[in-house]
Amino acid sequence: MPSRYIANTPDEQKQMLGVIGAGSVEDLLVKIPPKARLGRPLGLTPALAETDLIRHMTALAARNANAESHVSFLGAGSYDHYIPSPINHMILRGEFFTAYTPYQPEASQGTLRTIYEYQTMIAELTGMDVANASIYDGASSLAEAALMAHSVTERKEIVLSRAVHPLYKRVTATYCEGPGVRLRDLPAPDGVTDLAAARQLVTAKTAALVIQTPNFYGCLEDVAAAAELAHAAGALLVVVADPVNLGVLEGPGKLGADIVVGEGQGLGVPASFGGPNLGVFAAKTELVRRMPGRLVGATVDRDGKRGFVLTLQTREQHIRRAKATSNICTNVALCALMATIYMATLGRRGLVKVGELSTAKAHYAAERLAKVPGVSLRFPAPFFKEFALKLPKAPDRLLPRLAKQGFLAGVPLKSFDRSLADCLLVAVTEKRTKAEIDAFAAALEKAVA
Amino acid sequence: MANVPKELRYTREHEWAKQDGDRVRIGITAYAQEQLGDVVFVELPKVGAKVTAAKNFGVVESVKAVSDLFSPLSGEVVEINGELAQKPETVNQDPYGKGWMLVVKPSNKGEWDQLLTAQQYEELIAQGGH
Repeated sequence: MPSRYIANTPDEQKQMLGVIGAGSVEDLLVKIPPKARLGRPLGLTPALAETDLIRHMTALAARNANAESHVSFLGAGSYDHYIPSPINHMILRGEFFTAYTPYQPEASQGTLRTIYEYQTMIAELTGMDVANASIYDGASSLAEAALMAHSVTERKEIVLSRAVHPLYKRVTATYCEGPGVRLRDLPAPDGVTDLAAARQLVTAKTAALVIQTPNFYGCLEDVAAAAELAHAAGALLVVVADPVNLGVLEGPGKLGADIVVGEGQGLGVPASFGGPNLGVFAAKTELVRRMPGRLVGATVDRDGKRGFVLTLQTREQHIRRAKATSNICTNVALCALMATIYMATLGRRGLVKVGELSTAKAHYAAERLAKVPGVSLRFPAPFFKEFALKLPKAPDRLLPRLAKQGFLAGVPLKSFDRSLADCLLVAVTEKRTKAEIDAFAAALEKAVA
Repeated sequence: MANVPKELRYTREHEWAKQDGDRVRIGITAYAQEQLGDVVFVELPKVGAKVTAAKNFGVVESVKAVSDLFSPLSGEVVEINGELAQKPETVNQDPYGKGWMLVVKPSNKGEWDQLLTAQQYEELIAQGGH
């Protein structure tokens, strides 16, 4: 059957099959065991006209609960921060809106310049010397940081706090399996990393100590103490941080981190349904040769005019082949562009304001929600914009009820940690109003009564 | 013709070796640095690391290419030229002097005799270096 999306004609297909000695396309598939094959045509409905298709998809999309339709208290790495309107306007420009990232300096000064500005702003926020052009997401950034620490120190253990995002840890474990790097669990009772235990676990075998601040449970960690402890053992300190908080919180680099990674989704990237996200990665200058990912540098052309090029490409696999120290040649340029426009639009004062409002509203919400009978804060430690609530009823049963009333109440912690089965992780950004928080508290009060 | 000091021994990959008491100093030849062009980065092993004859011990990067460095001898690294981190161009300016890379304590004295003499190395580069 001819298809409008397959370029060759039935005659051409026949000719090609003839060359390789196959009778039909079906003959090419005989090696696939029958039980692995569907055995019937795909159950597709007949093609729809474009208007009908849009109507159909719109109806399907309306069944989703999202940050537009609901008041969102979802977090755990993906947050409902405000997205200024210039972002969408700018990224839709044809020069930027492409699936492929053009890197030729002679054709792509605009793209390269935005990446350079992204790197510069991320380095400044994180308190580091250099940032790369981005990686897929927070999880892959952490995994790459673990591999980098292993290659820098030539050591084979990574000590990871249990308060680091559990999904980031799983991705890191996958990456570490090949090179045989072992992950060691560092306890975090009461929602904060036990640094006394770290003193025992971080040894001459440790490539890096990994903490997250604010951590998965929203609590703040003592980065400076962790840095001192890691460095005393000759290990690196890797800190997972959310850059949108760093208008208020000190850049981890200033507190002694050697590598800072994180999820940059909060910087103007929609939460979508879990991606595409923005993997932030920054390091100290002396580690730059071991840093994964693309890197844009500023230079001058032969007339002395400023320009931008990919730099330190000799780390990368297209040059160094099997010996490359960076094997990730992809970045999420469009999401990095969103973050660049976000940071430029908000500016220094705007970012400080986002941080101040988020933390102030989160603290108001925590206080208000903890007044609901039977509800309490699970951890006593200081938090930033997110906190774990202990509920008197199973969160799984409360969530659908609250969703019906227009609230995405939070992320249940049961699937991440069985001992926290009665807990809900609640995030509050600058977008939440006092009225929304009060209404949420009232709805929760009714739901748990 | 590039400078090939008589008293040194050489590898086919263009490293030189110089006996220095019971130790051996290692670098790359004048011919190698000419071929590479401006050296911008040199990656060396740590002091205490073990190197093996004819095996990779580091990387030299120029504006034109990245090349592996091959050890003339097996042994333990007892000294590295830390100044190359800040001034990699020293390798171009003074390849047999200040541009040295490693000092190795050899573990197999027999390997010295396997290395090319200055005359053999001169013949090699006269044939185009391969």
